[in-house]
Amino acid sequence: MALSGLAIYKLLPKTNCKECGYPTCLAFAMKLAAKQAELADCPHVSEEAKQALAESSAPPIRLVKIGEGDRALEVGNETVMFRHEKTFVHPPGLFVRLKDSTSLEELEQRARQVASYSVERVGLDLSLTGVAVEATSADAGRFAAAVEAAHRGAGGTPMVLIARDAEVLRAGAERAGSRPLLWGADQGNWQEVAAVAKAVGAPVVAVAEGDLSALAEVTRSLKEAGVEDIVLDPRPSGPREALRLFTGIRRLALRQNFRDLGYPILATVEGEPDPNLQAILAAQHIAKYGSVIILEEFDPAVAYILLTLRLNMYTDPQKPIQVSPGLYEIGTPQAESPLLVTTNFSLTYFSVSGEVEASGEPAWLLVADAEGLSVLTAWAAGKFDAETIAKAVKQFGAESKTAHRKIILPGFVASLSGELEDELPGWDVLVGPREAVDIPAYLRNWH
Amino acid sequence: MPVSVEIPQEKYRGAVREVTLGAGPDRGGTRTRTVTVGGERTLPFLLFEGEMPHRPVVAVEIAERAPTGWSDLLAKAWSDVWEDPAAWAAKAEQVGADLLVMQVQDIGDRKLTAADLAARCKAVLEASGLPLLVIGPGAAERDNELLVAVADATAGERLALGLCEEDNYRTIVAAALANNHLVIASSPIDVNLAKQLNILIRDMNLPLDRVLMDPTTGTLGYGLEYTYSVMERLRLAALQGDEMTQQPMICLAGYESWRQKEARVGEDVPAEWGDWERRAVLWEAVTATSLLHSGADVVVLRHPESVRLVQAMITELMGG
Repeated sequence: MALSGLAIYKLLPKTNCKECGYPTCLAFAMKLAAKQAELADCPHVSEEAKQALAESSAPPIRLVKIGEGDRALEVGNETVMFRHEKTFVHPPGLFVRLKDSTSLEELEQRARQVASYSVERVGLDLSLTGVAVEATSADAGRFAAAVEAAHRGAGGTPMVLIARDAEVLRAGAERAGSRPLLWGADQGNWQEVAAVAKAVGAPVVAVAEGDLSALAEVTRSLKEAGVEDIVLDPRPSGPREALRLFTGIRRLALRQNFRDLGYPILATVEGEPDPNLQAILAAQHIAKYGSVIILEEFDPAVAYILLTLRLNMYTDPQKPIQVSPGLYEIGTPQAESPLLVTTNFSLTYFSVSGEVEASGEPAWLLVADAEGLSVLTAWAAGKFDAETIAKAVKQFGAESKTAHRKIILPGFVASLSGELEDELPGWDVLVGPREAVDIPAYLRNWH
Repeated sequence: MPVSVEIPQEKYRGAVREVTLGAGPDRGGTRTRTVTVGGERTLPFLLFEGEMPHRPVVAVEIAERAPTGWSDLLAKAWSDVWEDPAAWAAKAEQVGADLLVMQVQDIGDRKLTAADLAARCKAVLEASGLPLLVIGPGAAERDNELLVAVADATAGERLALGLCEEDNYRTIVAAALANNHLVIASSPIDVNLAKQLNILIRDMNLPLDRVLMDPTTGTLGYGLEYTYSVMERLRLAALQGDEMTQQPMICLAGYESWRQKEARVGEDVPAEWGDWERRAVLWEAVTATSLLHSGADVVVLRHPESVRLVQAMITELMGG
């Protein structure tokens, strides 16, 4: 939370020397508060003032980086409680837990499976973040070998290392690649864990069971020991407690600028025995303030669902994802190929184009400018009417590219047929299916 | 030095209206169970700072006849009973429904007469003691014709009739008024349109404790984020005291999820989508639980396994 103008004024020399270019120190302080001036413009400012101001301009939730390179995860730096207030910015990392009690060969193979999973949605390739490797005993050698095997399998993806014993953690961290997230430091072992984190240059998870006061003490201790990059694990006992604690941490950070808990949150689903309820709890963590989420299994169906939800929640609510209006070729359409029309909401476009492609029938897909809304929403808002469609037909040359003078409307807007025939004299307006999934069957009967 | 960290608490001045579905013999109906939703004085499940006197509930969707176009997974779950709405209702109650939703299919040449539909609704009410909601096929004239007949035949039961939309609410509201029923007010994913429709309905003198609000459901991957945020905004407005946003919310999560390819079909889809049945069930359940987190009071579902999962999650979130 930024300081007010008056709070900044108290830190300034109060000499009104005008060397900053403003008539008084107070005026300069007001400009600083509004972020319209730089502190460096004051030649006489004290070191303490510089530090206090730098502190106050830091983001309320620290940005923490896990891993290095293309697939590194950056989480934190969120600024709102609700996505409609602005947007959620750094999507949570999704990790799958592996245990060092598994054979090395299997660890490597499972890590590879997680790291190489990728699924395409609305033109984007979505992937999981990486694996978390847990030590199930105090055997440092075994953990190091397990981490090494998992690292080999997981390539350059970020890792979480889980061990209660700092020496076991150190043995793993030395084989894990860059910046693994180390779990965890609690009130008992924070000194040893901080030493490991500093030695290998890695972020640390602060852990305290259900107790935010204890958690804040751990982060303060870590910070005093020189560890800056911290993730919080308050270890909630279930979904209800997770919602309370995570909401509480986010409120403390954003509304009270409470620095000791101004860090991203780690969430697990480990207390939940039913794998389907685990998936639903992970979904809760995506919507409600989790930044590092550890799953207990790798399953493509669950991965696809959680990645889709993450994409939804972290979409900027002010900007619907759009594609450019135009006449798109699917396959290699000819003058006799069917012509379908839809809107420029990207999800609509990708659903329709995907199904047209799946039909095997080359076709023209006319995408009208409906301001990025889906068919029904655009129609209800008057953004996808006969006039808009007729305009698109003319603007994008559908008349010269096709010879049949037939256009296929989405089934949901069948009621536009009459008006569209008035707008496009000489054209036949056909009514296609309501849902994209029924397009292949429809196109098979087109000829 | 140890510090005591307290979670800041929000105190709101408004509350969601309480709405009771179904009426027992003492209030002119025949229900053996009535369901009250609403009453929240805090955001969903934040029970440490405010009351949530009634748990959100799960409704199961049935139809007046065997539906066409439903996924094979749903056929597997229901086809033994779906020719008979009374049997379907009884089975829905068995798998954990708190409410029943009769979604009228009204397909092609299989249309029922209004009297026939009313008789089937009566049969459902005899087969199950749960409150019933009846949603018309979505074509204005046909909705009016069917819902008026159902409302008359079931007077006093406190059914919820829908969907009332801005250009088609008068007849349905009048039928509810005349027969002691409720309505479902439906508007397209927009805070102001939702408020406006509530105002129009209130202006016809239907008490607002007989109105559920359907903000229109976008499912996972297909507009969920729009619904989610509109519902959060509606709920915050309600808690801050805006009277026209204080209706409990109902989401047709099953209908919206099962029309998407991810749930509906198991063939010709990418291998990365994983096991069909698990994907389909979780598509519906994750849609529903996400909407519960943004303020849904009633989620309408289709698959028995998602009913079980969502009920289990509500129980955990309400604290057992």
